[in-house]
Parts: sequence; C-alpha cells; structure tokens
Amino acid sequence: MLNIQKVSIAYAKHNVVNNICFSLDQGQIGCLVGPSGCGKTTLLRAIAGFEPITAGSISLAGQAVSAADMLLAPEQRQVGMVFQDFALFPHLNVADNISFGLRHSTKANKAAKVKQLLQLVGLPDLAQRYIYQLSGGQQQRVALARALAPEPKVLLLDEPFSSLDAELREGLAREIRHILQQLNITAVMVTHDQNEAFAMADIVGVMQQGQLQQWATPYELYHKPANRFVADFIGRGVLLPGTMLDAQQVQTNLGRFVQRYSSALQAGDKVEILIRPDDIVHDDTSNVTALVVEKAFRGSHILYRLTLNSGEQVQCLALSHHNHAIGEHIGIRLDLDHVVLFPK
Amino acid sequence: MRDIWRWSVLMPALLLAMPVLVVFTSLFTPQPDIWLHLRQTVLADYVINSLLLATGTGIGALLLGTSSAWLISQYQFIGRRYVQWMLLLPLAVPAYIIAYTYTGMLDFSGPLQTALRSQFGWHYGDYWFPEIRSLGGAIIMLSLVLYPYVYMLARTAFREQSASLLEASRTLSLSPRRHFWQVALPLARPAILTGTALAMMEAFADYGTVQYFGIATFTTGIFRTWFGMGNQVAAAQLAAMLTSFVLLLLVLERWSRRKIRYYHQGQQHQAPMLRTVSKTRQLLLLLLCLLPVCLGFVIPAAQLISWALSNYQVTLNQQFAQLVWNSFSLAAIAAGISVMLALLFAYAKRLRQDAVVQTPVRVAALGYAVPGTVIAIGVMLPLAWLDGRIDLLAEQWFGTRTGLVFSGSVFALLLAYSVRFLAVSLHSVEAGLERIKPSMDNAARSLGCTPLQVLKKVHVPLLSGSVFSALLLVFVDVLKELPATLILRPFNFNTLAVRTYELASDERLADSALPALAIVLVSLLPVILLARSVDVASKGKN
Repeated sequence: MLNIQKVSIAYAKHNVVNNICFSLDQGQIGCLVGPSGCGKTTLLRAIAGFEPITAGSISLAGQAVSAADMLLAPEQRQVGMVFQDFALFPHLNVADNISFGLRHSTKANKAAKVKQLLQLVGLPDLAQRYIYQLSGGQQQRVALARALAPEPKVLLLDEPFSSLDAELREGLAREIRHILQQLNITAVMVTHDQNEAFAMADIVGVMQQGQLQQWATPYELYHKPANRFVADFIGRGVLLPGTMLDAQQVQTNLGRFVQRYSSALQAGDKVEILIRPDDIVHDDTSNVTALVVEKAFRGSHILYRLTLNSGEQVQCLALSHHNHAIGEHIGIRLDLDHVVLFPK
Repeated sequence: MRDIWRWSVLMPALLLAMPVLVVFTSLFTPQPDIWLHLRQTVLADYVINSLLLATGTGIGALLLGTSSAWLISQYQFIGRRYVQWMLLLPLAVPAYIIAYTYTGMLDFSGPLQTALRSQFGWHYGDYWFPEIRSLGGAIIMLSLVLYPYVYMLARTAFREQSASLLEASRTLSLSPRRHFWQVALPLARPAILTGTALAMMEAFADYGTVQYFGIATFTTGIFRTWFGMGNQVAAAQLAAMLTSFVLLLLVLERWSRRKIRYYHQGQQHQAPMLRTVSKTRQLLLLLLCLLPVCLGFVIPAAQLISWALSNYQVTLNQQFAQLVWNSFSLAAIAAGISVMLALLFAYAKRLRQDAVVQTPVRVAALGYAVPGTVIAIGVMLPLAWLDGRIDLLAEQWFGTRTGLVFSGSVFALLLAYSVRFLAVSLHSVEAGLERIKPSMDNAARSLGCTPLQVLKKVHVPLLSGSVFSALLLVFVDVLKELPATLILRPFNFNTLAVRTYELASDERLADSALPALAIVLVSLLPVILLARSVDVASKGKN
C-alpha cells in the first residue's frame, strides 16, 4: 500500500533523511521512533507531500507520489493526517470539522458519515460541540475522525499523543489501534515514545540521524536488536564483555551462553552481550550473588541495580515482595532466552 | 462607601460620562418645529450620507487592510520587511489633510487636470474627470488613511494561525486558495471586523473631510443646527442620533467577537512558513503592497512638502510659531491629564475588583467611540449653563460679572479631550499594568519592601514604557483633533489643526500645507513606535 524506496531528504545539501526503504501492506500499522531530530517527522511530512524528496521514490497504492523531480500536491494524495496540535478548525463545530474533507458528498451522506465516525471514536453525542468545549482526549478523537472521513489511502499520525496526559496515552493508543484495525486502514505514526509505538504498531522502525536502524516487530526490536543503538534505545539493559569460545559459544563473568544464529565470529573474538533487566532473575537459592547499589520501586516490580563480584553492573527486575536494602547481597540467576552479541 | 478608591474613581468617571449623558438627556426637551424643518429638508441626507460614508469606508478599509495583511503574512518577497511597517504610515495623515491635498492635486486648476488640458488642448467642459469633492471621493480619502486599523489586526490574526491548519486543509484535499476562504478568513474574521468597526467609527466622526467636500452628514448637520440655526438642543438631539448609530456599531462589533477567546486555544503552534514565489511575482507583490502606502502617505506627504517649500518664506513666521506653541502645550497638558486619569482608573481597577469601580471606568472609556462633535456639544451645554449661574450669582453678591469661566476657557477643551482620549491612555496603561503580576508585588513585599517601595522599585520602572507611549498617543490624537477644538477653543485661540482647516476652507491650500505638514510629521512618532513593535513581533515569530 505504502512503499518507500531509497528515500533521501536534504535541506541545503545536508541530508536529514538518508536512503530509507520500507513498505506497509493494506491494514498494517507502522511506527517510526527515534530521538528528536532523527528525521522521523520529516519523513512523515514527505509521505504527506509537505516536503520534497531529493532521491528515491514514495508510492501510495501503486501510484508514485514523490520522486527526486516530482511532488504530487498534498491535496491530491488522499492521505489523512493527525497533527501534533490536532489543528482542528476552531470556527467549526465537531460535525463540520469531520465533514470538512467531504466536499463532494451530499448533505445526507455527510451526516451519515459524521454519525458513523463519531460512533466509531466513541463520541456519539458531541457533534454540535465546538472544539474549545472538548477535552484533550476528545479533541484527539475528533482529529482522528476528521482524518478518516475522506477514506484516505494511508493515515499519518505525527506525535498524536504528545499533548495529552501521560496516563491517557497508552490507553488511547490501544484504542486507536483497535479502530484502525476495524477499518483495515494503513497507517504510519511518528513518536519518540517506544511504549506508544509498541501499543500501536504492527511494525516499528527505529531511526537515528536520518538512517533507518531497524524495521521489525516490537518483539524482534526488543529481543533481537540489529545494532547497539537499537539495543540501547529500545528497553533497558547493559552490555557485558565476553569472549567467544567458538562461532556459537561465548564466555562471560555470568557464565557461558550459546547463540543460535550463524555469525562470522571466531574463537577468541571480544564481544559484548546484551543483558536486559528481565534476563536476570532474582533467586534467593542461587549461589551467584550481587550487591544491591540502587533500587527503584515500580509497584508490581522493583528494578535493582547490582554490582557483580567481577565489578560489572547489571539491572534486575524482581517481583515487588522481594524487598532488599541497598548494600545487601542477593542471589541471582541468568535466564537468557535470546543471546544478542555485538563484536567489540 | 468610605473606601477612598471608590470615590476617587466615581467622581472623575461621572465627570467624564457627563457629556454623553447630557447629549442624550436633550432628547427629553422636544423641539418639534425644528425637527419638522429638518425632516422636510436635510435629515434624510444626514442619515443616508453618514451611513453610506461609514459603510463605504468600512468596505474600503476592509479590502485594502485584509488583502495587504494576507500578502504580508503569507509571502516572502523583496522589501517585505520594510513594506510591512510602511503600510502603517497613512495612520499619520488625518483624513481632512489627505482630502485637502488630493483636492489640490485633482481639482480643475490642479496640476493633473492642467497638464491634461495643455497636453490634449482640452477646455473646460470638453472632458470628463472624476469629481473628488463627492461622497465617493470622501470614501476613498477615508479608506486610504483608515485601512491600517484593519491591516494591523488582520496581520496579527493571520500570523497567529498555526501552520498545521493549512496542512490539515491540504490533507483534506483543499487547495491553498480554498483554505483562505474556508479557514484562514473565517478565523481572522473577529480581528478584521474589529478593525473595520474602528475605521467606520472614525468615518462617522469625520467632520473636516465632509465639510470641505460639502457633503451633508450628521457632523456637518450638528454644526449647522448649532451655529447656523442657533438651536443648541436640536443640535444635541442630532448628536444623540449619531451617537446611537456609533453605539449600535460598537454592540455589533462586540457581538461578532463573542467567540474570539475560543479561537486561541493556547495550543503550541508554529507560525506558517512564508511562501516563496518567482522574482516577477515578488515584484508584483511588492508593487501591490506599496500602492496603499503611496496613495495614503507618500503622494500626499510629497505634495504637502512641495507646497510648504514653495511658500515657507511667507508662512514660516511668528504666527506659525505661536500656532505650534499653542498646539503643543495644549496637547501636552491634555496628555498629562489623560494619563493621570488612566493611572488612577487602572490602579483602582487592579485594587478593587468590584462593579462599583469597574462599571464607571468602563462607561468613561466609551468616549473614544463618540464623535468629537458630539462630545463638544455635550461639554458646551452644561458648562455654558454653569457659567451663566456663576455670572448671575457673582453679579448679585459681588456686583461684578465673571463671564465664561469654564465654557470660554481651555478647561472646556481639556475636558473634551479627556473624555475622547481616555480609552487610548487607559488601554496603554492597563496593558502595562497587566504585565506586573500580583505575585511580583507579593514577591517584593516578602523581600522586605513597603508598599511605597514596591511602587517605586517595581511598578515605576516596569510601567514607564507604557506611560510614555500613552502620553505620546494622546498627544498626537489631540494635535490631530479638529471638530471639538473648533467648537470649544477660546476666542482667538488657534491650533495647527484649526488653522489648517481655516486656510483650506478659504481655498488657500498651499498656505495650509505648513501646519498640515507639522501635524503629519509629529503624528509619525507613534506610528514609528507601532512599526517597531510590529518588527519585534515578527522577528519573534518568523
């Protein structure tokens, strides 16, 4: 449905987006995450047609819309967009905002569409309200309904939750995912918050300095990060040094591990191994112990920072009732499902 | 009611509200004979011409102001930075002065028609030339100097619209042109209408232009009834009618703005990027935006300068120095009084947030909407009555006559100016005072300052800028004011505005150029101040 081929975008010869490729099928929800300034919003605006691209091509439903020498105007692309500030029209009420993009429909069709969309986003009684009478979350849903009304080929969402309260965000993200799935809409969202991305997307792209670092499912991103940046950006964790015993086995201070993937590593190579907080299981019966140097209470869990006897630090996510004081030695066990190695 | 703030507000506020009240109470003294005469002769003209003039000027100012504001706020072109403040320059030219100047240029004996005749060998009656001394001419003159009101407000309104609104329109398949009509213009509508209403109020209040062009409107009618027919009550009744039109306009404007606060939702937003166009188009945009500047300022100013240069040896004399002294000292005193009143009212409003204080201040500040002619009538009637009483008492008790103590002195003028321009100074002072948050007072007190020290160390330095601009604005407004000055000035007391009017009425246009030029030059000062704030605002946003 959406196909991004080797797209680059430059301002005054400075590449902001560099040689990016990905594609989405009908109904798939993609998400671009990355630190601010990584080029994710620029890429989204290029898909909408607000930014020209300097190389590559963008096509929507098989039709080329952007190329190095071609730019189809945004109003001719049939893309829907939900803006960071929602950009709802304050002089129109909710119903008129939603039907704004339906200029060629009859009055009855417009009314039916507005009703159907308000039902869908869960605001059936607010059609006559003005925007200033709505809460932030309600404005968000109206913005979504307005973008969906003309039945766009692809829906773009630019940091759609950033102006909402933190406790609203994940719930709303899941709700919107549900709506988009019902409509079988192809969508791309941009965010800097990985939890939003995980709640929303089928497939996530991690961007840094204009490059797409990895394009994969949330599960893969967390457990099989393609490089150090992704490993560091997604989730928590530390990198422990290790030495390869052969192409598959690695020796660390926490023991010996086997990686299941083929690699070019050889015996004696120095590597680093990714240890997530949930890879280290707190076990009072274990004879491997570590010193608690820091703890953060998280309700159901406690996140400990531990110093191993060898001096390295790791994090450990323990159940909440395993409450230990700083300075205590606690037993740990390594439960490593996915061995992720980066050559040093 | 022993609260000193309440009394110190109530007394001056009542004094300032008196003229308008007097004008309206005149309605309780019917004058059937003269009204029969007025109805049979000129009343319809007064009503129709005043309405046409105000409506025509409103439309003219709306078109000029909105289109220039849109171009400036959306497009990048050569010279845009300069043109965006040059568009304010016509504010410095009072309407009657631009009318005199264009009449001098476009009349039968003016340079343009003379040149046409000598070029083509035409004679009187051979050709058609638009008559500047007409209702249409007056509308054009007023529009040319009043459009900046619309321009200023519309420009800010357009710049404040978030860039994402245009993008949202485009993703909903609207072209930029349709976006202008369906989103940008409706959103800016309250601001545009406020500017238009201001221009229309000025048009209703205009006396100098319509008198010179011989158009029968309410203002000229009030003069004619007062001085020509000698019926002061009927003049006051006409004034009450005119004021009702203006107040109706004011109500309509307030009503159109009822939702304005919801239009700014405090959303974080980015001002739209300026659109870039080809060099030829940029030149076209530049010329389009320069057109109102040239017609409304450059051409009339150039004509005034050339007239003034041609005869300054005769006109630049002792008498002119006296005029300047009279005008400047009068304007300075009026500005001082107006700002002191504004400070008093603004502090009372800040310290006493109740209706007893708020309402009279609001009523007193309505004076800016009331035409100068009306205020003059409203000041003259009670003061003349008071003078008569004092004179009578003095004769009975002391055997001497006092004459016109109030109505024949500068007091009457100063009272009229205070009524008319309180809103100007109050607006400026209140804006300044608003920036001093009550928490700043608390902070200073908690750091050991007495209330007097807070005033000296916090308020005075923070307020001085707004007080200065209030002084300047009132000073210039007084300098330009014509009809009230004409009616209320003491015998043999002339100002620049009155002298300009007298000389022009005697068809001595070239001689009137020097005092007119003096007014325009001084009026440039607040325009420059305004232009600088436009520049600062746009630097912050672009």
